[in-house]
Formats: sequence, structure tokens, C-alpha cells
Amino acid sequence: QVQLVVPMAVVFGPGSVPADLPSPLPFRDVQEMEISVNVRTSVTSRYEMHYRSATGQEEAALAAATAQEADAALHPLQDTTLGSLTMYVVPETTSLLPQGINVYVGKHRSALVRAGGSLAALQARLREVTQVMSFTASSIAAALSDRVPDGQLSPDARRYLKSSLGYEITFSLLNPDPKSHTVDWDIEGAVNRYVKPVLDKLSLVANFSVDSQILYYAVLGVTPRYDKESSSFLLSAHSLPHVINPVEARLGSSAASLYPVLNFLLYVPEHSHSPLYIQDKDGAPVSTNAFHSPRWGGIMVYNVEAPASPQASLPLHVDVDMARVMEVFLAQLRLLFGLSREEVPPEFLLESPGNEGLADWELDHLLWAHTVENIATVSTTLTSLAQLLDKIGNIVIKDDVASEVYRAVASVQSAVTKLSLGHLHAAFQASKEAVTSSERAFFDPSLLHLLYFPDDQKFAIYIPLFLPMAVPILLSLAKIVRETRLHKKEPTKMD
Amino acid sequence: MAAAMPGASRARAAAALLLLLGCCGAALAAGLQDQAEQFLRSGHTNNWAVLVCTSRFWFNYRHVANTLSVYRSVKRLGIPDSHIVLMLADDMACNPRNPKPATVFSHKNMELNVYGDDVEVDYRSYEVTVENFLRVLTGRIPPSTPRSKRLLSDDRSNILIYMTGHGGNGFLKFQDSEEITNVELADAFEQMWQKRRYNELLFIIDTCQGASMYERFYSPNIMALASSQVGEDSLSHQPDLGIGVHLMDRYTFYVLEFLEEIHPASQTNMNDLFQVCPKSLCVSTPGHRTDLFQRDPGNVLITDFFGSVRKVEITTETLSLDRQVAGFESKFPEEELVTEPLKYAEQLPVAQIIHQKPKQKDWHPPGGFILGLWALIIMVFFKTYGIKHMKHVF
Repeated sequence: QVQLVVPMAVVFGPGSVPADLPSPLPFRDVQEMEISVNVRTSVTSRYEMHYRSATGQEEAALAAATAQEADAALHPLQDTTLGSLTMYVVPETTSLLPQGINVYVGKHRSALVRAGGSLAALQARLREVTQVMSFTASSIAAALSDRVPDGQLSPDARRYLKSSLGYEITFSLLNPDPKSHTVDWDIEGAVNRYVKPVLDKLSLVANFSVDSQILYYAVLGVTPRYDKESSSFLLSAHSLPHVINPVEARLGSSAASLYPVLNFLLYVPEHSHSPLYIQDKDGAPVSTNAFHSPRWGGIMVYNVEAPASPQASLPLHVDVDMARVMEVFLAQLRLLFGLSREEVPPEFLLESPGNEGLADWELDHLLWAHTVENIATVSTTLTSLAQLLDKIGNIVIKDDVASEVYRAVASVQSAVTKLSLGHLHAAFQASKEAVTSSERAFFDPSLLHLLYFPDDQKFAIYIPLFLPMAVPILLSLAKIVRETRLHKKEPTKMD
Repeated sequence: MAAAMPGASRARAAAALLLLLGCCGAALAAGLQDQAEQFLRSGHTNNWAVLVCTSRFWFNYRHVANTLSVYRSVKRLGIPDSHIVLMLADDMACNPRNPKPATVFSHKNMELNVYGDDVEVDYRSYEVTVENFLRVLTGRIPPSTPRSKRLLSDDRSNILIYMTGHGGNGFLKFQDSEEITNVELADAFEQMWQKRRYNELLFIIDTCQGASMYERFYSPNIMALASSQVGEDSLSHQPDLGIGVHLMDRYTFYVLEFLEEIHPASQTNMNDLFQVCPKSLCVSTPGHRTDLFQRDPGNVLITDFFGSVRKVEITTETLSLDRQVAGFESKFPEEELVTEPLKYAEQLPVAQIIHQKPKQKDWHPPGGFILGLWALIIMVFFKTYGIKHMKHVF
């Protein structure tokens, strides 16, 4: 079965070593946990912990003034392979962590943990940190969602983007009222400055292609309500699902690529419907003025400031503040991938990833989930291919289909082995190759069961044709045989 | 006097308690209803539709009109063309026998033109074959097929499959030359389930003995409707004397009238769709099959399959970006591939074509069948008229 191994280093800073250690530092320990998805499938997680005390350089780094500086200083001293974690334990009375915060999770793969007095308390805290930074039982179950018995996972748990070899991202500017607004957006600059760093970091996960377009006279499907108190127009939360459909027909997607498309729409409301705000379920306006739909993309409403003089001539020139827009779009991109920071316990402080868009441990989070999902997909695909071939015995397997199957099996075995050794990057690449090969084998156009006649159909067609024709032939054959036998007997009779 | 006071205060206390209980009850009920709504909602994130008309020739106008009216309803309720695979086996709108070209009507007196201005047919005329239909469903499509001809559904897609044409007990006729059996269809759905190409599937069929087509399904999450039971014929609705053919089939006609009342936000459920076209109107008995479906049909909205109502979440997080960042140097610089400039081959060498001599066809010796036929004829001739004629031939 699949074993997920996380190599972890727990480094004790000066003054933080608990009194009840089982053996003197350094020592190793292993913690295993089983995540059971259904009766037959389970995944074991294995944390290989290496406890040691801090080196001189690390002690100097931990003596920094703030947690950010300590994290930046510790980064070059860490093990930076994908999937590994480093925990620095700081004394309880440390000034690095603010009051009430017990854990500081940095941008890379490390965290500063406040010592808890005893080893057991420290281990409990470390377990919480590893749950946040690598994977949880529910994230693995969500990756294996098609194996979970129905009813156990809520319908919302399967909403993240499925693991795919590539994604197409399309930025669209919707201008329904070009007579009143001339909208200029520097999308190319914004993509180069803000989007490319994030996609660069995500390039380990998949290939991304970005395009953009401007659509004129594209209206939303819902008419917003005018609210007298705020003298603005409001879109209520329950009308949002109907907004997307009329626009979707015009969005288009590349005819050549089969990758899933993520659409990010920027809507500049009409002059007569400005300003437009989105209301959430409780009736309060949403601060980002944006909403997203799982596996589809996101929409943000960009309100044009009212002109200084009411007699300003139309059309108004609008220069879109791309940084503000990209902040929302990139946050939506993170949410679509499932990287949300909402379920973190309150005593954790998470460092913001800045322009990179996601922290290293969030990238690891994605890689764990996608690797497990890929391995599960490959095994399901190959099993169902084998079942299909069993059912239709006379199907012809071409050589390249066979070689793809062999390659898929070899890749998935190598992925499982690498996971059990703790090499996340290699395991992910192997699982990607396995998925490519298995999909190519399964969806080969020659495997259509229609082209191969089952045996009972062959009998059903040929028997009614040949049986009546065969009756006189068989009868005359029998007559011939009888005659020759009689003929053979006769000479002996006649003397 | 003393007795009345405690009574009044007791009554007031009782009223306050009742009010409190009422409020708690309402809050609890709202919380429970929210949970119940969450639980009963379908888990799909996108919708697809595969609409197939399998018969050709002018007198099968009604089958094309059937399919186009379902196409129209599905588009009106929100599914975009990129998510609809429309297969029409013949072109009725531009048929030479159509007295009103570029229209296909569903109601007599030409009330409703279901052809519209923006119909997008993906598989047309002779491309509608059993093989192509099964390729679309299972995804085993040659790599050169364009995106509009593919069913790119995933495990969160609800798919509507509508088929109409001439059928019989256990089969559906395609193009008057081949047929698809219910076993093949059930196997195709099982292949789709194995690869998780659908979340839930609604299968509607409007042919004679339509219920036989869904008898063999065995994959989960499929709901099926048919216009008639085994042994019954589905009848057509009404002819239009101007066009000269029957315009629609009865079952689809009443389904279209039912769907015209639905709008994207309506809460009508499947149980109402099952009641469409009772025996008095349809003459045949429509049937349905829900045993493979996990949710209760009463909780399934019509728009879960016919429309495209997306799940939406409000974005509450933002990323904080440093605006002072200059240009960006990618960690993985793209290598510049040096390619030589390409020239397009001449696609239509008109001068060559019009001056070409007709190609000499190679002579092939007669095949086995012709030889066998001639041998048979000669044998019969000589058997009848006697072997003595042989010497005159040779």
C-alpha cells in the first residue's frame, strides 16, 4: 500500500530542551498513522523525526529580533528538498513569538515552535504543525474522493481542481458599456509582474498557459437592485450562480488544448449601474467585491470612481489598478487549488508568501495531494482497462498500447517506492508520467468495443444462414458414406 | 386580588418562555434546513448535454425537431454550446423539401421555430454513427478531433443524454443502416463510470419501445426516462399541413411545454418531469428508472441536468502583493527553440486540378463472389440442358 514518508528535523534552540527526553540528543523517532479511506484502501503516513540540538549558526539565527528575520536567516541552513520539514523549538519565554502565538510558520519549509514544558506537550504541538504543513487525513481523503463511500464526504469536499498536466488561465475584461467607459488595463505588464512569479512556483505542479481578452457588450445575467441607503447597486448572494451563464458562451477557449480552463473575469459595471457591490448571505457588502466558482474561475467587479464633476464628458477613461485586481485574482487562484488558510488553529501565525503567491510548504501540500490522486487514478484506470479486456476477449491490443501500459505500471511502482523513501519531487514526476501513459493507453481509439464482435453475435448471425444450407449437404454426405460402405461390403458378398 | 397577580405574571412568564422556545425552534429549524439543503444538493460543478437524433430522410422531420427543442431548452437554461454535443443525422432546415428554409418548427401553424439563429451542430449527417456516438461517450476519440466534438466531462459533471429516432425492443436504429443495442449502451455507460466521466447522468429516450433501452443499465447514478414501454409504440403529435410532415413526437412535445415553464432559478424537481405526458395525452405509457440513482428524485432539481446553475463562493481572502517589484526573471527560463520558417503547402492547386487527365483505373481480376456466381450459373445450365452442350462451348 501507499506509504507517505515525511522527513522531519526537530532542532532545539538554546534553553528549549525539555527535561524528559527518552535519550540524549541527537536521536531519531518514527511516528506512523494510518488514514483509512475505505474498507480496502488506506494510506499510512510516517513522520521520520530527527531530534538534534542547534548548531552555532542556527543559534545565532535564532537570536534575531523578529520571527521573520530568524526565518530568513535560517533558510540557507535548512534542508530544502521538497516534502521535508524543519521545526525549530524556541524556549517558552522567547520574544520571537508574540503573546498568544505558539507557532510561527515561515515562507519556506520551517516553523518556529514554542516549547511546551514536557516532551509530550511539544510532540502534540509538533503534530498540529505537521498537519498544517504537509497533509491531513481529510486532504488525502479529498484527493482520493472517488474511493470514499458516498455520504462520508460532504459534496463541497470535492471542489478543488483535479490534478492535471496543465491548466489554461484566461483573463477577460468585460465592458458592457463602452459608450460610457473606455477601460485600459495593462494586462501584459500585470501578468509579467504579478502572475508569472506565482505560476513559476507552480510550474513544478503543471504547465500553465495564460491568455487574455476584452469583451464588449457582455452583460451579467442578473439585474442588480438599487439600494437607497448606500445609493449603490447590490447583487445578492443567491443571484450570483446565475451571473456566469450568459457570459460563458462568449468566453471561448483554445481549440487545440484539452487542459481545464480557469477564467478570471473583471467586470466594469455600466454607468447606470455604478457603483455595484456584491452582498454576502448576511447582507453585508463583500470587501473584495469578488466571488469564485469551484473548478471554473472567478469574477471581480471593478467600480469606476464617480467623476469629479457631474458634467464630465462620456466616455470616461478608466485605468485599471492591476495590482488590486491581481491580489484578488491570485487569491482566487489559490482557493481554486485548495490552498486556503482558514482552517489553521488560532495560535498559529502564518507568514504571508508575498509576491511568490504561495509558501513552499503550500506547494508541498499540493504535491502530496496530487501525487496520491495520480497514483489512485492510475490504478483505477489500469484496473478498469484490464476488466474491459477480460470482458471482450478478442480485442486486439496494439504494440504501443501495450508498451504504454507497461510504462504506466513501472512508473506507478517507482512513484510508490519513492514516496516510501521520502523523495516527494521524484515521486510526483513519476506519478505524472504514470498518469500520462495510463490515459494514453486507456483512451486509445482502437479499443472501442464496438469493433470487436462478441462470440454470441457471431453465432447469431451465421447459424441461421448456414444451417439451412448445410442440411442438404450433410444429408448427401451421409448418403455418400452409406453408399461407399455398402459398396465395400458388396464384393465380399458376391463371390 | 392577590391570586390574580401571580396568575398574570405566570401567564406572562409562560408567554415569554413560549416565545423563547419559538425563537430557538426557528433558529434550530433554519440551521437544520441549511444542513439538509447542503446534504441534498447535488455535488456537480458543471453540466453537459449530448443530444442525438438518429434518423434521416424528410419524413423523420419530427426527430430532428425533437432534438432541437431539447437543445433550445438546454441552451435557454444556461448550458453553453461548448458543453453541448449536438448530433443531427440529417439537415431538415436546408432540406430541398422544406417549404420554409432555415426553419424547423415544433408547433403547427409555425408557431415556434426551434432552429433559431445560433444553433451549433457538432456531428452532422453521416457523421452520426454508432461508432462516433460511443467514441464521444467513452472518450476514445482520435487526437485530431476538435474540442467542440468532444465530451470533456469530469467526475463533477452532470450529463443529460437525449436520444430519439426509430427503435425497437432492445435497440435503436441509426441512419437506417445500423443499430445500437441496450447492452452496448450499458457497457458504454459503465466505461464512463469507471473513468469517472460523470457525476450523475440523466438518460431520456423518445422512440418506440424506449423502456427497453434502459433495462440493462448497471452503473450507479443513472436516472432514465423513456416515452413508451416495451411493446408500445411512441406516437407523433400533429402534422402541419403546410410543411407536410408530423412536426414532433408526443412525449417530447409535452416535455418541451413543461420545460418552457422552467427558468434558471426554478425549484421544480424530477417528480414533476415523471408526470409529464400521462397515458391520456401520450397514448403510450412513459416510464422511468431511478433505482440506480442515489438521491431521491424529489430532491433532484430540473436545472441540475437541464440548466447550469453553478456553485459560487464569496472570495474573502486576498493576497498582499508588493507593488514595487520590477521585471521578473523566471527561474526556469524558456529555451529559445531555433526553428526554420515554415511554408504552407499549396492547399488547392487549381491549375493542376482542372488540367489533369482522368486517372487510369487499374484492372482487377473478378473477385470470388463473381466467380462463384458464374460457376453456379454454368453448373445449373449444364445440369438442366445436359452435358452434351459442353462440346459446343469449348
